[in-house]
Amino acid sequence: MAQRSTFPPGLELEARKTAPMRQPLRAAPVPPLLVVALDQGSGDAAEPLLAAGARVRIGTPVGRAEGETAVAVHSPVAGVVRGVEIRPVHGPAGEGVCVVIENDGSDEVEAGYAPIDWPMLPPQELLARIRSAGIAGLGGAAFPAHAKLAAARERAATHLVLNGAECEPWICCDDALMRERAADVVLGAQVLLHACGAAKCTIAVEDDKPEAIAAVEVALAAAADPRIGLTTLRAVYPAGAERQLLAAVAGVEVPHDALPPAVGVMCQNVGTAAAAAHLVRTGQPITGRIVTVTGSGVREPANVDARLGTPIADLVAACGGYVSEPLRLIAGGSMTGRALATDAVPLTQAVNCVVVATAADLVARGREMPCIRCGDCASVCPPGLLPQSLLRAINAGDEAEVARHGLADCIECGCCDYVCPSRIPLTARFRAARAARKVQLDERRRAAAARERYLRHEQRLAAMAEAERQAFEAARNRARGEPEG
Amino acid sequence: MSASSVLPAIGVAMALAVPLGAALGWAATRLRPDADPLVESIDALLPQTQCGQCHYPGCRPYAEAISRGDADIDQCPPGGESTLHALAALLGRDPKPLDPAFGVTKPRLVAVIDEARCIGCALCLPACPVDAIVGAQRFMHTVIEQQCTGCELCLPPCPVDCIELRPPLSGGTLRGLRTA
Repeated sequence: MAQRSTFPPGLELEARKTAPMRQPLRAAPVPPLLVVALDQGSGDAAEPLLAAGARVRIGTPVGRAEGETAVAVHSPVAGVVRGVEIRPVHGPAGEGVCVVIENDGSDEVEAGYAPIDWPMLPPQELLARIRSAGIAGLGGAAFPAHAKLAAARERAATHLVLNGAECEPWICCDDALMRERAADVVLGAQVLLHACGAAKCTIAVEDDKPEAIAAVEVALAAAADPRIGLTTLRAVYPAGAERQLLAAVAGVEVPHDALPPAVGVMCQNVGTAAAAAHLVRTGQPITGRIVTVTGSGVREPANVDARLGTPIADLVAACGGYVSEPLRLIAGGSMTGRALATDAVPLTQAVNCVVVATAADLVARGREMPCIRCGDCASVCPPGLLPQSLLRAINAGDEAEVARHGLADCIECGCCDYVCPSRIPLTARFRAARAARKVQLDERRRAAAARERYLRHEQRLAAMAEAERQAFEAARNRARGEPEG
Repeated sequence: MSASSVLPAIGVAMALAVPLGAALGWAATRLRPDADPLVESIDALLPQTQCGQCHYPGCRPYAEAISRGDADIDQCPPGGESTLHALAALLGRDPKPLDPAFGVTKPRLVAVIDEARCIGCALCLPACPVDAIVGAQRFMHTVIEQQCTGCELCLPPCPVDCIELRPPLSGGTLRGLRTA
């Protein structure tokens, strides 16, 4: 075990992980109807491949990844496609295109999937397999795993950090994974090392998870791979944020306008590594993940291994159901999660935790007061921004000033919010400003495309009119018996 | 001050002025900007729906009319208040409400052809300012949703009224819309 790493600004938050960790990891029953979102959380949807009535088995492709940040989507169940519909999903848009599949209960697996002899496979082919398996980062952002690995290979990154920090106070799905499937995490680390070409791998875990640390140590001893090590971190929120973790573990600061491979490092979640291990052991694409179901509104808080597409309502039912009418459902953690409008929202690769919150969990926020310029937000901001100045620039609508204060570099961790004595919802404002900026950029892109097409349309009409005029003149000249030309 | 101290100064000024003047004169004719930069910056703020609601045949002609002073900045309903404010800021004028004579601001809609009713007359094809309708004589037509600006110019030519405007289905994905 390596040294303890120190960590840049952040908060020491009271962990709420004991209730779900008392229960063993359990498999959630497969519900009769699964809603498979074509956008697994990265914000880029796959193109649907099947229409209503199609028969599917576990692993049948249902969505093809077209965009750079989309992942391929496969059926997590055997049955019949009931429709391709717009349904409520987890994400800023609140709804998205989903493939609704009726479970026939047979759990038949699509033919043709076989274990992969990965050490013999050239890295490029292994990357292609990870890509076609549709594995996204399971830490919450759901960025496609193969895209990150390919970028690391291209820039010859040498150090892979597996993120098992899990700093959010409520989430413990990675803790459960490392306790019960540490061998998968280590095998996954070997597979990812082979795919991205890095020379060493560090599994980073916060020091408030002694059982997980012990399990990973046992698995590491069994694997006896000198390239893979374990580091513990002090439990400070947000230790598990990518750039903050890399600074603490690899000792490198990733430039704000570049990605980790630019400085020779890269980060993947431990769950992603376990998904890669599942891929090489079975050859099957990703069809499930571990998710924490917790909060005082659920009868038996637990970590469940569930199929993607399982509605949140069924996840809660698998944990004993609601205690009472929940006040709020939050997907993700209490610091960075999003409130859900309904429990019909299905499980996607991005959803690592569902908090069923009652009045006992929620702290009344209180009335927002004016900023008193105390600077507490700046002293806790992990990327080192000045949240109060950023908010002032956003309120003033000054685009240049907003960019200068680094809206793009905000990691939406919620630390500024948490410490603000005036109870200003800073993170929500930053999120809204980002969403507005994205809409504005999309509009500009759309306008630029329309402008170009309009110019071509005008040119085409002008060329057609000119051709007609010339044809008319030629005909007139012929009629007058004059030579053409 | 004697004439002898002034003459060298005049000489130096002349020596500078003559070649510089010649260079500027040459540059003014040979390096003329391709287009009026004011028209460009106005055009960049307009929504590019090319709908003609401003009573000009497209966004660019409207931008030219604004820069000439023939048109006011309150004639673009698709751009709405935000475009109006941006134009006011660019031109140093006071913002004012949109003139309702030119229409009202609506959410983004796209044209959808009812393919069962389309008779394949091709009349809507030249009407589309951004060539977003695919089709040919006697063949079914369809609208490429990502490229439709919702200008409604395809509605009047349709003899069977089989085109209607709906909210975009794709939730506004911009795939395939990357400009060069």
